[in-house]
Amino acid sequence: ANACRQRECRSPSPPFARVRPFPLCEAAQFRHNMASMGYFNVDNGYLEAMVRGYRSGILQAADYANLQQCDTVDDMKMQLQGTDYGNFLQGEPSPLSTTTLAQRCTEKLVDEFNHLKVQAVEPLGTFMEYITYGYMIDNLMLIITGALHDRDTAELMAKCHPLGLFDGLSAASIPNTAKDLYEMVLIETPIGPYFTDVLALWKSPQVGERQPGVEDLDELNIEIIRNSLYKAYLEDFYDFCKNKCSNETFEVMAGILELEADRRAINITVNSFDTELSRDDKFKLYPSIGQLHPEGTARLALCQDVDGVRAALDPYQDYRGVLAEAGVGEEKSVENAFFELEVQMNKDAFEQQFHFGLFWAYVKLREQEVRNIVWIAECISQDQRHQLSQYVSIFQ
Amino acid sequence: EEMFYGWGELLNGISPYAWAFIGTGLAIGLSVLGAAWGIFITGSSLVGAAIKAPRIRSKNLISVIFCEAVAIYGVIVAIILQTHLDGPDPKLDGAVSLKDKFAGYAIFWSGLTAGFGNLACGICVGVCGSGCALADAQDGNLFVKILVIEIFASALGIFAIIVAIIISTQANFGADE
Repeated sequence: ANACRQRECRSPSPPFARVRPFPLCEAAQFRHNMASMGYFNVDNGYLEAMVRGYRSGILQAADYANLQQCDTVDDMKMQLQGTDYGNFLQGEPSPLSTTTLAQRCTEKLVDEFNHLKVQAVEPLGTFMEYITYGYMIDNLMLIITGALHDRDTAELMAKCHPLGLFDGLSAASIPNTAKDLYEMVLIETPIGPYFTDVLALWKSPQVGERQPGVEDLDELNIEIIRNSLYKAYLEDFYDFCKNKCSNETFEVMAGILELEADRRAINITVNSFDTELSRDDKFKLYPSIGQLHPEGTARLALCQDVDGVRAALDPYQDYRGVLAEAGVGEEKSVENAFFELEVQMNKDAFEQQFHFGLFWAYVKLREQEVRNIVWIAECISQDQRHQLSQYVSIFQ
Repeated sequence: EEMFYGWGELLNGISPYAWAFIGTGLAIGLSVLGAAWGIFITGSSLVGAAIKAPRIRSKNLISVIFCEAVAIYGVIVAIILQTHLDGPDPKLDGAVSLKDKFAGYAIFWSGLTAGFGNLACGICVGVCGSGCALADAQDGNLFVKILVIEIFASALGIFAIIVAIIISTQANFGADE
């Protein structure tokens, strides 16, 4: 009932589809137009050019080489002054801690992002908001988990990612039941609709049982909620790119979102080996977009150990090398392998003109850069210089 | 009886002067549309890219100038066409000579040739210019190389006006000789 009724449109309707009430998906009309090069620049040309300008400021190999040669984190501050970061650490007291460094770098990214978002016209405005929903979900989970363990709300708010702040976030620690949480806090936020679906999927209380509440959420359930919310978000974003954005945007974002979905599926599988998560529950958590859907995810749900996962991933060329038998630091190398795939995909987004994918790609590349800087800073401050080169390089 | 039977009669009944003036108007109108389209495509990218790389400002105005040239081609064609637009010959006393019909059609299609050709040219130069500005902002060596592509793009407009002018040379209103 929710699928696009256009004849040639083969989009399967994912369970969390939020297709707007059009009899024909707009993609059907939009995509048959000429390529968007004729009219993209009316609303978005200026912002696209600005993002490309920002991209040219991403640290290059030479900058990383300089950073690696620093002796202390304060030296890094000096090196960063010569890059696009400039004097952003001006007022910080020395010695500089890595958390402050990470915070200031992220703030700079957020400033640039908001500068772009404020000037964005629809549908770019909505697209950029979609980029923030992932962070909103993470922040929400942070607050809820913290509330469960009786942490101070102000302290938790300080740890939230600035891109994902929304009104009422601090109030998320107060309500005791999931229903109250939804009605008080989430109903007016953009991620509210995702929560309804999560509740419907997982918690249908039997007659006579009490309502599911926040106190029911032990460690396992928090992760289930987080992953279900994220699944809903990815599928909704995919739908949005398909139906409301131009063909080029969809081409670029489809690859990126599918990679994200597959990464989530593999991480869920690997992290749930020692838990009591059943096969059906695992299968419910896997997003329905991505290369691994549906055969790969069916096989992943059956896996009991890492070798099983490797065997399940073998047919997929991109993911074959992800769980390589590295030995030392195996946990980190899976993440790094995915980061590398992601960085490659995000770099490729800049090869095309006249699409929105660059905005997402820029945010993710800068995030990776911040991770790299923090990694180098940590290695330097903890005197583990042999691990210095294990960051994911972005530009050769 | 002023009844028209079918499209043939209808089209025949339209005065050649109408054809001619519509053609002249479309020549300049569509060319300016193409030029404007191209300018906004390249201009918005240029303005955004110049924030981080101010050095590209002056050089990339060439792209805007190429788009502008398309509008000028349209003006040239329109002016040439209007020189063929003489007033009606009083000797004919309202009748339409064969020469008039030829002239009307010739000027109409000449105008349309120039108009649509320049429309496509303007958009093309605009898109290339946008790419040129963005590439120049990243790496200054690329500017001249991409400019060559733009030069080829603006040659399209010249093809259009050459054909338009050739078509319209024989077009003269007046009595048959």
